[in-house]
Amino acid sequence: MSMDVDKEIAGIKAKMESLPGAENKLTMVVLSGDMDKLLAAMIMATGAAAMGMKVVLFFTFWATAALRDPAKRVTGKNLISKMFGMMLPKGRNKLKLSQMHMAGMGASMMKGLMKKKNVASLDQLFEVAGQLAVKIYICEMSMDLMGFKKEEMIDYPELEICGVATMLAHAKESSVQFFI
Amino acid sequence: MAEYTVVKTLDYKGLACPMPIVKISQVIGSVAVGEVLEVLTTDPGSLSDFPAWAKTTGQAILETKQEPGLIRIFVKRQK
Repeated sequence: MSMDVDKEIAGIKAKMESLPGAENKLTMVVLSGDMDKLLAAMIMATGAAAMGMKVVLFFTFWATAALRDPAKRVTGKNLISKMFGMMLPKGRNKLKLSQMHMAGMGASMMKGLMKKKNVASLDQLFEVAGQLAVKIYICEMSMDLMGFKKEEMIDYPELEICGVATMLAHAKESSVQFFI
Repeated sequence: MAEYTVVKTLDYKGLACPMPIVKISQVIGSVAVGEVLEVLTTDPGSLSDFPAWAKTTGQAILETKQEPGLIRIFVKRQK
């Protein structure tokens, strides 16, 4: 009799663990390449990691440009890829504000204000995210579309390229999912 | 309020969200279970963030003291 109960409990436990949203995890899709939105995403990501959650970020479309390392050069790109490369921001410190950008004046003002108010910069937030083992995936298709190569991306401890299924598998397990 | 001894004081003055929470999460594991840390912060968001962090991570906030221009939070490692 007690054997049956134990078995039953084990079965329920296994079922519970495979239920969607059972894991203490945040999966966030970061699509926007705007400075303010990436700041919000990184604050939530590091905050969630501090709360003891596993954190997975999936950078897609315009956000992929924010992961470029301005110091890295790659060769062998075709004309369209070169154009994308030139027109999109080269890294997280070249992003625009989604509002009040004013040809860069708004963004510099915001950076100055953040420094004055001791708000962590994107550089600091990425460093902390790395320390807290926040995982960053880059959408393979976006990189391919814009002609970005893995070699021009930032050095980050947990950086990987993946497709939509990887993101969805994480999202399904996560108790929290965000889209920025 | 029961008596307790602070083993370490952490100076997070001037830091803005989310850094006070990030920092405490990195430090809490370095003290023993049952020990108490004192956090100094000037971030008003910490007043609600520390209890929220403690609730989620299973730690305890023993006391919060508000002084002019300074907030003191006493955090006990529970697990």
